[in-house]
Amino acid sequence: MNLFVLLKTVPDTVEELTVAADNKSLDAEWLRFKLSDADEHAVEQALLLKERAGGKLTVVALDAPELDDSLFTVLAKGADRVVKLAGDLGNLQSFSAAALFAAFLKGEADPPPADTLILLRSQAMDDLEGEIGPVLADCLGLPYVGVVTGVQPDGGTVTVTKEFAGGLRGEFALPTPAVLGIQSAEKPPRYVPIAKVRAAMKSAALETVDVTPPEAGARFPIEKMYKPEAAGRAEMLEGSPEEVADRLVELLAQQSLI
Amino acid sequence: MSKGILILAEHLKGELSDITFEMLGAGRTLADALGAPLHVALVGRGSAGLASRLGAADKVFVVDKPELELPPAATMAAVLGSLIEKQQESLVLVGWTNLAMGVGSVLSARSGLPLVNFARALRVEDGAVVVTSQLFGGKIFSDVRLADGRGIVSVSSGAFPADAGRSEKAPAVEAVDVAVEAPKITFKKYVEPAAGDVDITKQTTLVAVGRGIQTQDNISMAEELAEALGGAVCGSRPVIDQGWLPLTRQVGKSGMSVKPRLYLALGISGAPEHVEGMQGSQMIVAVNTDAKAPIFDVAQYGVCADALEILPVLTEKIKARHG
Ligand SMILES: Cc1cc2nc3c(=O)[nH]c(=O)nc-3n(C[C@H](O)[C@H](O)[C@H](O)COP(=O)(O)OP(=O)(O)OC[C@H]3O[C@@H](n4cnc5c(N)ncnc54)[C@H](O)[C@@H]3O)c2cc1C
Ligand SMILES: Nc1ncnc2c1ncn2[C@@H]1O[C@H](COP(=O)(O)O)[C@@H](O)[C@H]1O
Repeated sequence: MNLFVLLKTVPDTVEELTVAADNKSLDAEWLRFKLSDADEHAVEQALLLKERAGGKLTVVALDAPELDDSLFTVLAKGADRVVKLAGDLGNLQSFSAAALFAAFLKGEADPPPADTLILLRSQAMDDLEGEIGPVLADCLGLPYVGVVTGVQPDGGTVTVTKEFAGGLRGEFALPTPAVLGIQSAEKPPRYVPIAKVRAAMKSAALETVDVTPPEAGARFPIEKMYKPEAAGRAEMLEGSPEEVADRLVELLAQQSLI
Repeated sequence: MSKGILILAEHLKGELSDITFEMLGAGRTLADALGAPLHVALVGRGSAGLASRLGAADKVFVVDKPELELPPAATMAAVLGSLIEKQQESLVLVGWTNLAMGVGSVLSARSGLPLVNFARALRVEDGAVVVTSQLFGGKIFSDVRLADGRGIVSVSSGAFPADAGRSEKAPAVEAVDVAVEAPKITFKKYVEPAAGDVDITKQTTLVAVGRGIQTQDNISMAEELAEALGGAVCGSRPVIDQGWLPLTRQVGKSGMSVKPRLYLALGISGAPEHVEGMQGSQMIVAVNTDAKAPIFDVAQYGVCADALEILPVLTEKIKARHG
C-alpha cells in the first residue's frame, strides 16, 4: 500500500499553560510540543497496515520545536521516509495546515495511486477552527471518515470502524484513495527502545521541504484567552495520605456510601 | 428581517440525541435575543418521523432520502450549504460529537463562514454572537466574537441543558428536496458494544482510573478499592486504548455516560471528552498530582497527591470499617 501519515504537534498540557501578554494566545516561551495521542495512534495504525499489506509508509510532519526526536522514533518504528514541512508556520490554523498537506500530497502524485491511504489524527484539542482531515480530503477530492478505530483494506476499498457514542460503533466502506481520521489504532502504540531510535538518527535522515503557508490569516478574531475561573472548584483535602484517607472515609460515611 | 439560526439535528438508530435538544435550548435563547427565526435541518434516511419532537424550533426542514443513510461529513455539509443559501441562515449550530465531526469544518472551508469548535457558552452582544470554547483539554478558555452573528458553531455535549430544548409544541415542517451527489462512502452495519462485562452505567460507585495510574499492574489496586466500596472500575480513554481495561469500561464521549452516586477519579485530568460522560455523578472525588487539573473544576472534593499513595491507604481504611 501507499501509506501516508500526517503529523502536527500540540502543546503538552501536562505543562503549565500560560496566556501571553496579548491575552489572545498561549505564551510560546512556556510551551512544550508533543505529538497528540491520536497522532501516535495514526502512526501505529499505518505501521499495522504496512505489516499486513506491505508497501511504503511516508510520514509528513509540520515542523515544530523539539519535533525531530519524535520523527526519528517514527523511523525506528518502521516508517520508510519522513518529511518535514518547514517554514514560517507560526500559529498555523487547521485550514492552512490542510492546504500545506494537500499541496505536498499533490506534488507526490496527482491523482494518488489507487492503493493510497492517508492517515492523520481525527482531531486535536487545538483545532479551534475545525479539523484538518475532512478539509484536506475535500481539497484532494477524496472520501473521508473520522473517529476511526479500525481499518481493513481490501482491493480498491477499505472498511473502517467509526466510533459513535456509548460504545456503539459503525462500519463504513469507502473507495481508495481515501483519507482517514484515526482516533485509536487497533493496538496500543508500540514501544521502541531508545537504542533503535539512536540507530535511526545515525543511519537515516529527515527530509525537509520548505513551504509557505497560505495567506489565510485569522478567520475570526479571538477576543481573549483565559484560564477557567477558580469558582466552583473542589474543596481540597490536605494532609498525609493517612489524614486524607480518614477524611474521605468520613465523607463517604456521611453520604452512606460505605 | 433578521436572518435565521439553523441547527443540524443529530439522530442515531431512529432516535434524536441529547445534543439536538441541548442545541435547541441554546438556539432558542439566541434566536429570541437576536429576533431571528430558529430552524432545524433534519437530514437522513427515515428521519422525517422525528420532526414532531423538534417543537422548540420555528420550522424544521426535512431532507429524508434513501441515499442519506448516515451520510459522510462532506455530503452533510453539501445539504447544509444548500439550505443556508435557500433560507438565508446566518448562524449554524452543529454538535461537537463523533457523529457530526467534520461537517462544520467542510462547511466552513466551502462557505467561508468561520467555524468555532468546542463551544460551551453563547451570548449575544450588540448583534454579535460571542462563543466561549474550552481548549487544550479544558485548561484554557477562549472567547471568539462572530460579528453580525454569522458563523458555524460546533457545540460541546453537555454544555447546555437538554430540557430547555424539549417542547410539546408541533413545529412547522417542510420537506425539502436537496440535490446531492450520492456519497462514495457506504454505511455497512452497527457494531454493538460487547455484552457480558460489568455494566458501569448501573453501578452506584465507580473507581475511575486515568493515565495517572501509570501501569497495568496498578489497576489491581483500583480493583481492590472498588471491591471494598461495592463498585466497579472504569477508566479514561488512554487506559482503554492501552488495553488495560475493556472498551465496556470507558467513560466519556465515545464511551459510556455514567451517573453513579460516587465517582472517584484517580489520575484523570478532566478533559472535556471525559467530563461529558461523568459530570452527572452525584459526588465526584478527584485525586491528581496536578493542582491545576480541570477535573478539580467538576469535583466536589479534591486531593492533590499521588493516587498510588492514596489508593492502598484508603482501601485499608474502608476494609477496616467494614470489619
Ligand atoms: C473524539 C474524541 C473522543 C474521546 N472520547 C473519550 C472518552 O470517551 N473518554 C475519555 O476519557 N477520553 C476521551 N477522549 C480523550 C480525551 O480528550 C483525553 O485525552 C483523555 O480523557 C485523557 O485521559 P486522562 O485524563 O486519563 O489522561 P491525561 O489527560 O494524560 O491525564 C492524566 C492525569 O493524571 C495525573 N497524574 C499523573 N500521575 C499521577 C499520580 N501518580 N497520581 C495522581 N494523578 C496523576 C496528571 O496530573 C494528569 O492530570 C476523546 C477524545 C476525542 C478527540
Ligand atoms: N446530524 C447528523 N445526524 C445523523 N448522522 C450524522 C449527522 N452528522 C453526521 N452524521 C454521520 O456521521 C458520520 C460522519 O462521518 P465523518 O466522515 O467521520 O465525518 C456519517 O456516518 C454521518 O452520516
